[in-house]
Amino acid sequence: MSDLKEFREQVRAWLEENCPAEMRIPMKGFDDACWGGRNYEFASQAQEDWMRAMGAKGWTVPTWPKEYGGGGLSKEEAKVLKSEMKRIKARSPLSSFGIWMLGPALLKFGNEEQKKKFLPPIARGEIRWCQGYSEPGAGSDLAALATKCEDKGDHYLVNGQKVWTSYADQADWIFCLVRTDPKAKKHEGISFVLFDMETPGVEAKPIKLISGKSPFCETFFEDVRVEKKNLVGEKNKGWTIAKYLLTHEREMIGGMGGDMRPLSEIVAGTVGLEDGKLADPMLRAKVAQTEVDEWAYMLTLNRKLAEAKAGASLGADSSMLKYYGTELNKRRFELMMDAAGHDGLEWEGERSNDGDLARMWLRTKGNSIEGGTTEIQLNIISKRILELPGA
Amino acid sequence: MAMLLNEDEKMLAETAEGFFADKSPVKQLRTLRDNRDDTGYDKGLWQEMADMGFTGVLIDEEHGGVDMGFMAAGLIAEQMGKNLTASPFLSTGILAATALKQGGSKEQKAEWLPKIASGETIMALALEESRKHNPKATNMSAERSGNGFKLSGQKGMVIDGHVADQMIVVARTSGEAGEMDGLTLFLVDPRTNGVSVERTQMVDSRNSARIDFDDVEVNADAVLGEVDKGGEVLGAIVNAGRAAVAAELLGSGGEAFRQTTDYIRERKQFGVNVGSFQALQHRSAHLYSELENARSAVLMALTAMDTDAKSAELPVAMAKAKLGQVAKLAGLEGVQMHGGVGMTDEYDIGLYLKRIRVAQELFGDANYQMEQIATMKGY
Repeated sequence: MSDLKEFREQVRAWLEENCPAEMRIPMKGFDDACWGGRNYEFASQAQEDWMRAMGAKGWTVPTWPKEYGGGGLSKEEAKVLKSEMKRIKARSPLSSFGIWMLGPALLKFGNEEQKKKFLPPIARGEIRWCQGYSEPGAGSDLAALATKCEDKGDHYLVNGQKVWTSYADQADWIFCLVRTDPKAKKHEGISFVLFDMETPGVEAKPIKLISGKSPFCETFFEDVRVEKKNLVGEKNKGWTIAKYLLTHEREMIGGMGGDMRPLSEIVAGTVGLEDGKLADPMLRAKVAQTEVDEWAYMLTLNRKLAEAKAGASLGADSSMLKYYGTELNKRRFELMMDAAGHDGLEWEGERSNDGDLARMWLRTKGNSIEGGTTEIQLNIISKRILELPGA
Repeated sequence: MAMLLNEDEKMLAETAEGFFADKSPVKQLRTLRDNRDDTGYDKGLWQEMADMGFTGVLIDEEHGGVDMGFMAAGLIAEQMGKNLTASPFLSTGILAATALKQGGSKEQKAEWLPKIASGETIMALALEESRKHNPKATNMSAERSGNGFKLSGQKGMVIDGHVADQMIVVARTSGEAGEMDGLTLFLVDPRTNGVSVERTQMVDSRNSARIDFDDVEVNADAVLGEVDKGGEVLGAIVNAGRAAVAAELLGSGGEAFRQTTDYIRERKQFGVNVGSFQALQHRSAHLYSELENARSAVLMALTAMDTDAKSAELPVAMAKAKLGQVAKLAGLEGVQMHGGVGMTDEYDIGLYLKRIRVAQELFGDANYQMEQIATMKGY
């Protein structure tokens, strides 16, 4: 314990020294996140300094082993780091699909060479990754994916199209599901490959969303050459990795927050209180209902993660968390829009910070679609937890 | 935050699960109902619950209890909810035990707590006066008279009222309806002159009574706690009641869901199991999610009660709100998904629907709790 105390003091001193003042102001939205990468335009010198300092320490990924660029911290030490960062309201130094998705997959399924090559640049924010999963014909039915990957002796050749590729136009590399055996059953002919987005034949076109923003792309592959050593895990066994990552993604989306203040505080801040109450009784009731549901959900999230840590795997409960969490988030933003009324409808201009609320509200509509729709999650719960018979 | 059960708690949960499944399955409630049993509960079971330490779960060892706290009480209540066990656990083991612990004098504690723990005495809380739970609105009067007080008024929804050996009566000694100040609690023997008890048959076949007090004279030493300051003790009592009922609802809702899921897995129509229909699957999956959240809410409320009962008011209200809603949904969906047989008395699902309807009403339904939550949170 005294070791932890000492560690806390060291962390505190280091953060004091290295976390710039600008990085101690909470982010206003996803636009304030730092994504890193080869060609990344940092919003400020402070943002870059903060990412580089944390990356050099390996504290962007505190629990990854040191030899792969991580901090090599124990779970207890990582908790200390987290709480010390929270104490000074330090921003997350790096948002990254490499950290959230590919890293855990490589740690589990990658070979030594792959881990040594790919993990450290993720930790340092030098390489930005995107995820090539969905295709025009493979959304909810992801395993129907058709992007072809042919064995050409000393290399693979990839042809096809991905869609909903997050930030593909800004990413340096892609981790991608491809079909290596078109004759096998659909789940059994899929492989997991990695390649550079600058490889000839790769093209990413942003998709404009209802929010007016373009976080996703259509990504096209025409005779893209992929080195054989960049196949992760076994050939034709990529679905195992895909499933593992989808579970990760569900946990991530399920727990995604935005403005973490209590809903009642946000709503009261917008409409004000009369005699200590929200004057609209229906709005007040809906806020209370949503707060009760959010409270119970957050407790469940913690309980399930604690159970998973204690040995029982999270399993299909990740679908329950994803389903409920995303639906709650939508409800939350509906109520924020209800509260904001006419003001919340503004789309441009300083008053609304360029329609910040309206655009976030629209963005949440995707929460229950991406990473497996609500309906798919309910199917998974029915089948795997409730063991209801197939149709 | 102890969201996972420790080894002792797991063991108790298993013991309680086996005990109630064995000693008090749903058919016990059916027997009590069909025989129009005078007491409405199984005396043998109550004695066995006492022997197990369940009746004294909240009572300290000095007074003959096992002092295991609210998490334990909740785990027991959950199993009773699962089996629709009719017993004075709530009225006596939770409400009266809390009342005496919080408000009782040394003498009152010494007199009554050991008798609760041993299963000898049944006690009932006479609180409600109107259609809905509303402690502040208490109007029943207690006027000073001679050496004591004279009680006049009517009470309803008195759980186990017609079998109680002793009642805890909430009356107004000063102030006006709408104020918590001015309330006083009294220990009243139901055999006192002027008390008339009417057993009310309820939809869930469980015990309840209406009680009239017509100039009922009690001595000054009948006061439980302080005169005019009963509000605080009453708050602790109803809070304990809410926590226990929330745990009971978790058991009933969870069991209604289990029976329903089992049923739709087997029932065939159109040549297939109806559980293969997405229309039922998605609603079942939603209900599963809600029940998981409901379980977390109950665990948190019980943990909060054990940590600091006073500051547990908010989480307990939230849990009672959540459980009222979720268990209700489990009952409603249960009957609907059972189809025609869900409407028959033969299937148990209807009994769950009925008990859940009663339990969600006790100590404030979800609407009541939501109002309290918004007020406590300052909006």
